[in-house]
Amino acid sequence: MTDRNMALAQLEPGEDAIIEFKDVNKWYGEFHVLKNIDFSIKKGERIVVCGPSGSGKSTMTRCINRLEEHQKGQILVDGIEMNDNLKNIEAIRKDVGMVFQHFNLFPHLTILENLTLAPIWVRKTPKKEAEEMAMHYLERVKIANQALKYPGQLSGGQQQRVAIARGLCMKPRIMLFDEPTSALDPEMIKEVLDVMIQLADEGMTMVCVTHEMGFAKTVADRVVFMDAGEIVEANTPHEFFDNPQHDRTQLFLSQILNH
Amino acid sequence: MAIEFKPSPSLPPPSNAVGAVAWVRKNFFSSPLNIFLTVFSFYILYLLVPPTIEWAFLDATWSGENKDACTAGGACWAFIVAYFDQFMYGLYPQTEYWRINLAAILLALLIGMYAIKAINKLILSIAVLVVYPVVAYFLFAGGILGLEVVETSLWGGLFLTTLLGVVGIVASLPLGVVLALGRRSNMPIVKSVCVVFIETVRAVPLITILFMASVMIPLFLPDGLNFNKLLRVLIGITLFSAAYMAEVIRGGLQAIPKGQYEAADAMGLTYWQSMLLVILPQALKLVIPGIVNTFIGLFKDTTLVYIVGMFDLLGRIQSATHDGDWLGTTTEGYAFAGFIYWAICFGMSRYSMAVERKLDTGHKRN
Repeated sequence: MTDRNMALAQLEPGEDAIIEFKDVNKWYGEFHVLKNIDFSIKKGERIVVCGPSGSGKSTMTRCINRLEEHQKGQILVDGIEMNDNLKNIEAIRKDVGMVFQHFNLFPHLTILENLTLAPIWVRKTPKKEAEEMAMHYLERVKIANQALKYPGQLSGGQQQRVAIARGLCMKPRIMLFDEPTSALDPEMIKEVLDVMIQLADEGMTMVCVTHEMGFAKTVADRVVFMDAGEIVEANTPHEFFDNPQHDRTQLFLSQILNH
Repeated sequence: MAIEFKPSPSLPPPSNAVGAVAWVRKNFFSSPLNIFLTVFSFYILYLLVPPTIEWAFLDATWSGENKDACTAGGACWAFIVAYFDQFMYGLYPQTEYWRINLAAILLALLIGMYAIKAINKLILSIAVLVVYPVVAYFLFAGGILGLEVVETSLWGGLFLTTLLGVVGIVASLPLGVVLALGRRSNMPIVKSVCVVFIETVRAVPLITILFMASVMIPLFLPDGLNFNKLLRVLIGITLFSAAYMAEVIRGGLQAIPKGQYEAADAMGLTYWQSMLLVILPQALKLVIPGIVNTFIGLFKDTTLVYIVGMFDLLGRIQSATHDGDWLGTTTEGYAFAGFIYWAICFGMSRYSMAVERKLDTGHKRN
C-alpha cells in the first residue's frame, strides 16, 4: 500500500466522506464496465445516478456492498476498505441497506418475517424487539396492516415499500436504491417515491439509480451522469439540469425530458 | 364537473356454464371424438372390472391349510393369510413381534405430534431424528434391558422394506442437499469431489452398489473390522439415492432467481444463513415432486436387496410361493405385494401434494 492510500484508508476527522471510490475499474470478462471511477460521497448526501442502460450505473452502486467485485482501485465505505476479506464485507453490508428493482422480497416468508430476518440473524436482536422495530418501520411506509401477509399477495408498490422498510430495519448508515421504481405501474411509482423523499428529509445517506428526474430535481444534492462506464458529469441538480457542461449530458437530457 | 366513475356490478355466469349437466357435457360429450372415447372407455371398464371383482372377492378363498382349500376358482387369499406374519416381520421371533409394533406406533405418534401447534417443532424433530432411531435400534436388535438379541439376518418382510426405505429417505435428503450445494460451490476442491461422487454413483446400477456393499467390501476390510451387512446395504442405498437427490435439488437451486441470493447477501447474512433461511426453503419446495419421485424410486428399489440375500417383503413373498403346500399362488403373492407397494407409494404422493399446498404462499412476482 502506498503512503497516499494509507492516508486515505484512515479518514481524517474533518473529512466526512462516507463512500469513496479511488480509481475503480471493473471488467466483465473482456468488457471494461467501470473506467477510473474517482468519486466520493459525503455523509448525509443524496446522490442520484442516471445514464443510459449499460452505462455502469447499477454496477457502480452494487460495488458499494460487494454484490459486484471491482478488479482495480479502492473502495472505502465508512472507513472500511472493500476487499476479499469476508469480515470487511460483512461489516459493510450490515451498515448498507439495499433496495432492488424487482423488490427481491423472500416469497416464503411473511412481510413481518422478511423484515425481522436480518436483525435477528445478523444483528442478533431478540425476536420480540425485532418485531416491534419491524412494525415501527411498516407504520412508516404505511403498510403495517399487511404484516402477516405474504409478498405474493401485495401489489408492486406495496412490495417495494416493504423492501425499503426491510432495508431500514438493519438501521443502516447508507441506503442504496437500484432503479426502485422501474418495475412499477405508473400509479404506484408515487407511493414509493414519497417514502424515499421522507427518508431523504431525515438525513439518510442515499445513492439512488433512477430515471425519475423529478425525484432527482427535488431530492438530490448531486446528480451523477454516467455513460460507457465513466462518470461524465456530477453536479448539483440546478447546474445539472439547467446548465449541463457536457454534450453527452445535454443529449441525454434532451432525450428523456422532451419525449 | 367531472363525472364520477362507478364500476359496473359483477353478474353470475350464465346457467348453461355451471352445474352437473354442463360439466358432463363439457368433459364427456363435447365432440364426436370425445363421445367415442367416453363410450370406448366405459366398454373397457365393463370388460375388466366385473371379472376382477369376481376373482378377487366373490370367488376368493380366505382361509385354509394349503392350496387344496382353494377350490372356488377365485383368488387364494388363504396363502397370504397363512404367511401374513412372515410377510410382515420376516423371520423375527414371533414372541418379539411387539417390539416392531411398538416402534411403529411410537413413530406414528411422534409424526402425528407435528399436527399439534403447542409443541416446539425443533424439540420434536430432535426426538424424531436423534432419539427415536437409537430407541428403535435397541428395540429391534435387543441386547439391553433384558431384551433378547435378534440378529439382523432374521429381519425381513415389510419390516425390513420399511426400515430400508425410511432410513434411506431420511439420510439421503440432507446428504443430497450438501452434495447439491457442494456442486454449486466456488471452492474447486469441494466442487470436484461432489461432481465426481454424483457422476460416478449415478453411472452405476444399484445392484452393483449393493453387491459391492455386501460382497466386495468385506474382502477388502482387514479381519475383525467387518461390520453388519444390513448397515453396509443401508449405506449403499443412501449414497445411491443421495446422488439422484443432489441433482433434483440442484435443479431447485438453479430455479431460484439471482435476486434472492443478492438480497440475502446484501443484508449481511452468511453463506449458511442465506442457504438455510432463504434459498433452500424455496428451492426444496419447488422440487417437492422431484424429491418424492426419488423417494418412491428408492422405496421400490429396496426390493433389490433380495439379490444380496436379504428377504424384504417381495423376497419373503417370492420364497413363500415355492412352498410345496402353496404351489401356484404366485399371482396372489404378486398382487398382494403390488397392493402394499402401491398403497405406500400412493400415500407418499398424496402426502407430498398436501405439503405442497400447505407451503404455497401465493404466486411469485420475482
